[in-house]
Amino acid sequence: MSVLIFTEAVNGKIKKSSLEAVTYGSKVAAALGTQAVALNLNPGGADLSELGKYGASKVIVGKNASLASFDSQVYTAAIAEVAASVGATVVVTVNDSLGKAVAPRLSARLKAGLVAGATTLPNTAIGFNVTKNVFSGKAKAHYNIVSAVKVISLMPNAVQPEANGSAASVEEVNLNIGVSAKTVIKEVKRASTDKIALPEAELVVSAGRGMKGPENWGIVEDLANVVGAATACSRPVADIGWRPHHEHVGQTGVAIRPNLYIAIGISGAIQHLAGVNQSKTIVVINKDPEAPFFKAADYGVVGDAFEIVPRLTEAFKKYKAGH
Amino acid sequence: MKILVCISQVPDTTTKIAFTDGNTKFAEAGVQWIVNPYDEWYALVRALEIQEKGGSTVTLLNVGPAANDAVIRKALAIGGDDAVRIDADPKESYFVAAQIAAYAKSESFDLVLFGKETINYNGAEVPGMVAELLDAPFISQASKLEVEGSGIVCERPTEAGVEVVSSSTPVVVSAQKGMSEARIPNMRGIMAARTKPLKVVAAVAVDTLTEVTSFSLPDAKSAVKLISPDNMDELVRLLHEEAKVI
Repeated sequence: MSVLIFTEAVNGKIKKSSLEAVTYGSKVAAALGTQAVALNLNPGGADLSELGKYGASKVIVGKNASLASFDSQVYTAAIAEVAASVGATVVVTVNDSLGKAVAPRLSARLKAGLVAGATTLPNTAIGFNVTKNVFSGKAKAHYNIVSAVKVISLMPNAVQPEANGSAASVEEVNLNIGVSAKTVIKEVKRASTDKIALPEAELVVSAGRGMKGPENWGIVEDLANVVGAATACSRPVADIGWRPHHEHVGQTGVAIRPNLYIAIGISGAIQHLAGVNQSKTIVVINKDPEAPFFKAADYGVVGDAFEIVPRLTEAFKKYKAGH
Repeated sequence: MKILVCISQVPDTTTKIAFTDGNTKFAEAGVQWIVNPYDEWYALVRALEIQEKGGSTVTLLNVGPAANDAVIRKALAIGGDDAVRIDADPKESYFVAAQIAAYAKSESFDLVLFGKETINYNGAEVPGMVAELLDAPFISQASKLEVEGSGIVCERPTEAGVEVVSSSTPVVVSAQKGMSEARIPNMRGIMAARTKPLKVVAAVAVDTLTEVTSFSLPDAKSAVKLISPDNMDELVRLLHEEAKVI
């Protein structure tokens, strides 16, 4: 028996979300009285022994030439092969773009119940009960996974990585896989590296129609630069072309859960809130004291954004200089 | 290309979310039901755009009870040749995926399209499960889809950038923003939808893998703390000392 945690490394570094998943998986293993085994299929030079610090008893590196490039079918077959060899009763992945492509496949392949976007450790006192957000964050559902094998796709930023242990042994295992990729990644168009990717950003500065026009975004970008935040926008602003579509956060755009979300001149329509209501702290700046967003905010400033935002930028500059 | 577009019925985006029966059931009274926006705006409309270039058929599929027929007709008003409803309560992702896979296998579709997730369960679980059950390639959360020869080419935004991915068919794709623009049904479409074939298919038996034991509402947010517009230093101090996010 074991808990298997699928991890990813990028540019020679283990992803933070994978450290979260190993921390989570080792706690699940402890609750079940078994060991946590971490798996990586494309380490790219990352030091995987470090995963031991986050609770993995052992790290397996799956080797096969077909793993150099991502294909959901191939990766699923590889993870399932390792899961069988270590007798995994629980498989943990991260609910990011790779996890969303792999975890459902793994669930169907192993006939293992899946909770995608889990936010809590399983409650084993009432079965194997895991919570996730539903209705775009407006409610939570508590699921019992009743199958013998279980798959949990962990929501990024739901748990914090905890490094208490010591380095683990890393074992390379040749995999058969047995399927060949039917997809080919022809190219990856990288986002410009000086910008922070929105779904991964821990700090986000976002603005809406209250900015009156695209020419006024300078003060928003100044604030984002000083805070070290990614920039985002509301749907109307993306639809009228003031800002690029990839910045649109909300129900039909990107759903984010940063530590800090600063909303400037956004009224807070229910569809917008659905994409940001998992943020840890929300600051709303709006001239309309009746804006619905204030009900969802932790901190509010009522007033003219064109005066307040530059003042806030100055205040952040002062803070940064002192810390 | 023979295209299957899978659609879910979901509550309208402005629905107040509440639960009944000891918080085990979604309160459906008075709820306005719509086609899941990702399924309608991106998967269905992109399928129709491919069809308009000629040589393709578009079939809509829903897993649900007879009450879902109204929403299926709404989708047919936007387009599609015909629809299939697999007559069952869509109780969990794996159950729904197994129904879709069984039907898709029997009809040999080239392209099975989904929205990236439903707006009620937000799991993005069913498309990948269907792909695995069909032993087919899967491109998840695609923002672009073009037919090229007998295969397809998609764009797929990831944390590292936008992947350009090609695939042979049959293939399963889940669609997100960017793939197409929402369409509003016209009167002719609405009239035509009334008489388009809607076939009802019996469900296959599937093991239960997960069960919702209860729902709950998020913890109530404490009232907003208002800061004077003249005191942004105070806001920064609170973000550092109280919220501890900077």
